Amino acid sequence: MGDIEVEQITKCFGSFCAVSELSFSVGHGEVFGLLGPNGAGKSTLIRMLTTLVPPTSGSARVNGFDVANQAYQVRQSIGVIPQAMTSDPDLSADENMTIFAKLYSVPRDRRKRVTRELLEAVDLGQWMDKPVKQFSGGMRRRLEIARGLVHEPKIFFLDEPTTGLDPASRVAVWEMLSRLKKEHDLTILLTTHYMDEADKLCDRIAIVDHGKLVALDSPLKLKASIPGTNILEVSFSRTPEGWPETLENLPEVASVKTQDHVFRISSHNGPRTVVELVEAARRAQIEVTSLSVQSTTLDDVFMHYTGHQLRDSLQSALAYDSSFMYQRGQRP
Amino acid sequence: MNRVWAVIERDLRRFRRSPVLVVMSMVFPLVQLVVLGYAFGGKIKNLRVAVVDQDHGVPAVRLREMFQAVAANARTFDTVSYSDSREALQDLRDGKLNGVLNIPPEFSRRVFAQARPQLALIEDNTDNFVASTLEATVEGMLAPYNQKGPQPRLPPEATLSVVEIYPYVPYIQYLLPGTIVLSVFMAAMIGGGIVFIDDKARGLHEGYLVTPIQKHELILGFTLAGTIRAILSGLVLVTLGSLIAAIPDPLNLARLVRLTILVVATALALISMMFLLMVRVSDPLVPRAIFGLLNTVLFFPSGAVYPVNGFPSWMKAIAVVDPFTYAVHGFKELILKNTGLTAIAGDLTYLLVFAAVMMGSATLLFRRTL
Repeated sequence: MGDIEVEQITKCFGSFCAVSELSFSVGHGEVFGLLGPNGAGKSTLIRMLTTLVPPTSGSARVNGFDVANQAYQVRQSIGVIPQAMTSDPDLSADENMTIFAKLYSVPRDRRKRVTRELLEAVDLGQWMDKPVKQFSGGMRRRLEIARGLVHEPKIFFLDEPTTGLDPASRVAVWEMLSRLKKEHDLTILLTTHYMDEADKLCDRIAIVDHGKLVALDSPLKLKASIPGTNILEVSFSRTPEGWPETLENLPEVASVKTQDHVFRISSHNGPRTVVELVEAARRAQIEVTSLSVQSTTLDDVFMHYTGHQLRDSLQSALAYDSSFMYQRGQRP
Repeated sequence: MNRVWAVIERDLRRFRRSPVLVVMSMVFPLVQLVVLGYAFGGKIKNLRVAVVDQDHGVPAVRLREMFQAVAANARTFDTVSYSDSREALQDLRDGKLNGVLNIPPEFSRRVFAQARPQLALIEDNTDNFVASTLEATVEGMLAPYNQKGPQPRLPPEATLSVVEIYPYVPYIQYLLPGTIVLSVFMAAMIGGGIVFIDDKARGLHEGYLVTPIQKHELILGFTLAGTIRAILSGLVLVTLGSLIAAIPDPLNLARLVRLTILVVATALALISMMFLLMVRVSDPLVPRAIFGLLNTVLFFPSGAVYPVNGFPSWMKAIAVVDPFTYAVHGFKELILKNTGLTAIAGDLTYLLVFAAVMMGSATLLFRRTL
């Protein structure tokens, strides 16, 4: 049995279902990522697994405990970093750690040692007595992560741990998480809408869209599961009738999709397809106005399985933001 | 208990770092004590009263002399002589005078003839306090004026002797018990459940809710943290307020202990009441918006500024359930009468039972989910 077992879990707010019949299992020591745009249901799912929101139907077990009926035991065995910054800005890093250690009933002798060790581990040792309100976003996020581990849990939930951070801080958080995972033998479930983050950190990724699980596997297998090894993004000065079919018939081409006058061509051999494509355009007297070649990314995987790109979903996700809905009291 | 203490510790550490908040929660009731205490407690003086003598006889002159004596000694009013009654009335309407005493023609003749001599006091009755003071002073002056000859050694009429068993209580002392309760209420408005609403607005509460803390521990922690703040505020008011209001022997240790017990019971009752009222509230503006309403509905019917016996029945009904009523009554007993705990046992019992009911209800209604 895995550390986290999710079975047909569903959460509806009135007639809107944020999460629909999701099932998966996370093994011990695994880093499991939930990838999807805002409003996909990732945060609702993580809130159900951390006992903050009761499921409408289905079940989930964390560390062997049922999230609905054994919430107390679940809370004792997990560390959680919510999406919002929850450390108290008026207190120092050390005070935040100490108070949370007390909330988890960590004995006094261990409290001091673990606090110091964790703050050192997240490079905040020299800042431990400073008020959190003086911290940058990255420092505060690192403190949140240290605080989530203060009771030495074996299962760690992180809801979008690097949202709002600059690229350097994001990389620092990734490195720190990888190190902590090894040192503390952690099972990690994290949500993210950053494809590079999921690619870098996760052993397995579940792609979630509109509350439904659309694909689940390791990043490598997910990328291998879609046709083509290269993606060509190309636009032309004009596109005569039958031009998409011409492109589909080029050598090594697996598929062609059009979006906003840009052709996305999956190819088994990118360089060869480029040569053939340029030649075909020259013969048809069509100018190639832009052309890029890239390896398959998780965004391509996301597009393959959902029919739209993750970055487009992020831009239109506000209307479906479930945390926004909590504020409006739309829960049953 | 470790978790309860963690919630208390966090709240008190934050409170300690907001000295402005600490000071302001105590300054407001102190300012109210001083301003209201002296605003309502003083005697009305220097009213401007016109005397229009249309008679000029000896009895009228004697009356004017009595008026001038009051003006010179008690200084309840200053007299201004007018020869024309119409001009005096116009000045009264224009707000230049508070009243006009008219001594009509034929006054002296009627006095000598004992034929119902009458004076006219025309007053600006838009201010009841001024009007009643003026009436009482003039009526009090007429009693000796009407007296004929010397007083008999043994008066034939029944008379009343009033004995006061406590020293004179100025209004500022009368107001002190209510002000102490108000300071505790102020602390309740910035502590206890209000802190949790603030945490909700800032998203900090999610950090608590993912820990194993139970909801009764969370409520107890916030309530006790708020209670400690309110006790500090109440004790400062008890000592400083007693000094300002010149309560006799203000630092008597035995009385301070009794007052502390009552402050604790009051703080528990008001903090737990606020927690129950706010248990389902998420918007941090709501407590601020209803502060004025709560203050009016709880403070004024409690007997803090006016005796409950003078209220209409619907206000008396509020006073019966209002925890302020019992707290104010208890503080009056301890501060103004220096009684023991037995005299306030009923008040203490009500406040503690009220606190238990409020906390129990808050625990039932509290949602430990998002």
